[in-house]
Amino acid sequence: MESALEQAPVVSHLNPPPSYLLGDHPIPTGREEIWRFTPLKRLRGILEGEASADHLTWETSLPEGVTLTEISAEQALEIGELAPNDRPSALAAANAGAALLLDVPGDTELTEPVVVRLHGESVDHLVWGRLIVRAGRFSKATVVIAHTGSARYSAITSVLVGDGADLNVLTLQDWDDDAVHLGRDAIRVGRDAHVRHTSVSFGGDLVRMHANVEYAGPGGEAELLGLYFADDGQHLEHRLFADHTAPKTKSNVVYKGALQGQGAHTVWIGNVLIRKVAEGIETYEENRNLVLSDGCQADSVPNLEIETGEIEGAGHASATARFDDEQLFYLRSRGVSEKEARRLVVHGFFNDLIRKIGIPDIEEKLLETVEAELAKNVLKGL
Amino acid sequence: MSTLEIKDLQVSVSTDDGPKEILKGVTLTIDDGETHAIMGPNGSGKSTLAYSIAGHPKYDITGGSVTLDGEDVLAMSVDERARAGLFLAMQYPVEVPGVSVSNFLRTAKTAIDGEAPKLRTWVKDVNAALEQLNLDPTFGTRSVNEGFSGGEKKRHEIAQLELLDPKVAILDETDSGLDIDALKVVSEGVNRFRAKDGKGVLLITHYTRILRYIQPDRVHVFVDGKVAESGGPELAEELEANGYERFLTASV
Ligand SMILES: Nc1ncnc2c1ncn2[C@@H]1O[C@H](COP(=O)(O)OP(=O)(O)O)[C@@H](O)[C@H]1O
Ligand SMILES: [Mg+2]
Repeated sequence: MESALEQAPVVSHLNPPPSYLLGDHPIPTGREEIWRFTPLKRLRGILEGEASADHLTWETSLPEGVTLTEISAEQALEIGELAPNDRPSALAAANAGAALLLDVPGDTELTEPVVVRLHGESVDHLVWGRLIVRAGRFSKATVVIAHTGSARYSAITSVLVGDGADLNVLTLQDWDDDAVHLGRDAIRVGRDAHVRHTSVSFGGDLVRMHANVEYAGPGGEAELLGLYFADDGQHLEHRLFADHTAPKTKSNVVYKGALQGQGAHTVWIGNVLIRKVAEGIETYEENRNLVLSDGCQADSVPNLEIETGEIEGAGHASATARFDDEQLFYLRSRGVSEKEARRLVVHGFFNDLIRKIGIPDIEEKLLETVEAELAKNVLKGL
Repeated sequence: MSTLEIKDLQVSVSTDDGPKEILKGVTLTIDDGETHAIMGPNGSGKSTLAYSIAGHPKYDITGGSVTLDGEDVLAMSVDERARAGLFLAMQYPVEVPGVSVSNFLRTAKTAIDGEAPKLRTWVKDVNAALEQLNLDPTFGTRSVNEGFSGGEKKRHEIAQLELLDPKVAILDETDSGLDIDALKVVSEGVNRFRAKDGKGVLLITHYTRILRYIQPDRVHVFVDGKVAESGGPELAEELEANGYERFLTASV
């Protein structure tokens, strides 16, 4: 079997090579490509990397057959943890020490989702997290990881999808207003496996999430979905990296966000690297932002690096827009009030994406949350 | 009762070179139960008239008045106009991604009536309206106007007309881009609406073709932002035979 690790290390100029060594991830100045959008001060010292024994409280719902166990750092490496690709994730690996392994054994088909609820008590707590989600060969599972409360939380999460497995994983950032969350999710997709990773960010003062994907063999498919809603003063950043390390693989990225209120800032970076071996791959990435008020900023940067000409398809789209006057006019000309028309447009904007998530309970809750977010601000003065 | 009265309506749009006058004093009255056709060449201001009556924010009303049963339409917001009984079938209906036709129709009906329709009869009414316009039952699950063919967009506009049941309907080139079968289906929809008591119709068109299916009471030739001539259905026949030539030269 061809392994991604055995390939000549092609260095993507947009993505520093992964490494556990802190020396490879110096404290950023803010001018680095991977840090230029992030307000470093608001990280509240996470990058200094002090040791800390603080932790989040865990509440889990594990269907039969699924286990959650502590493993050593050595074991984490052995089973194929994906190495850190920035300083916060390197610090998380170094400081968390032991890792938690959420294991769905091979050939297991779950009918209920695995739910992990992580809750923080206070932003004074500095928490380092290290998690590995492993879906065995030909398993089929849904994993929901929800974050609430507050903390300064930096976590490195690896998702290992076995050959032929089908994994649906969703991470929800529903923090209180002052939380800081730096999350690195990296996924390795096995041969002919399918993974859907959804990142949903509503709360937090500063949330910066990576979703990286690479492929251990041909035929793997990854859907990377995201939904975010930034209010006054919030910084929500999502960094995608689809690294096509094997032929005949697919990546499909769709992130949608809405912004409202003074100082709401969102960042979306969509990097795709198609390596020389990655012939016959297909990739598409899309980011759409809906700006609901003045004083917001949405940065959206798609990047495509191609090292082989033999691809099936590669495309990207990025758009940031305000409410479309023509849409509002059309709805209002049918008697619908301005407030209701705006609600419908936003609902519609997210609806297409929410329906792709494939976890019915979550889909319903997200539609409600979107409504609640809207009620907070956009519809207020109307 | 429904009377739409347009008096000396003047409308401009703002352009990079300042305001541009498009409607230069339009006067016409659609009395209770009447159907009027407005015919005119491209660019004569027909859509501007339709949008101005509906309240599109792009158009500045610089003079004149529009009343519906004596109520000042120009003082109303866009949605108030619709709730007062005006309906505009648009020349280019707008896509609303992610909002299903059935959700849209229910929301609009609730807004117009001021209360949610009774579920059972409403579902029946929607299905009947869609069926009569040759729209298949899955149509309700599609996003509003997204990926619709030109014909589907127009038939969807007429389905709304029938379901929302306004007092006065303005149809802006609903016939354009329709093949003959679709034109018949759409015309039948409009005629069902007209058959009800006291409904007014302002039928805007570029071609005389649709007037074979929908008989107007009055025909107005619209040139350069004004009504150039008004008459009975015979005026449409003259246009059919001779085109707009006579009116265009007269207006220069
Ligand atoms: N935003 C605009 N800026 C400049 N001219 C406009 C604008 N909108 C419409 N017009 C002009 O107004 C005139 C009337 O347009 P319209 O009402 O669409 O005509 P019709 O529907 O009869 O084809 C046209 O000459 C058109 O170019
Ligand atoms: Mg027109």
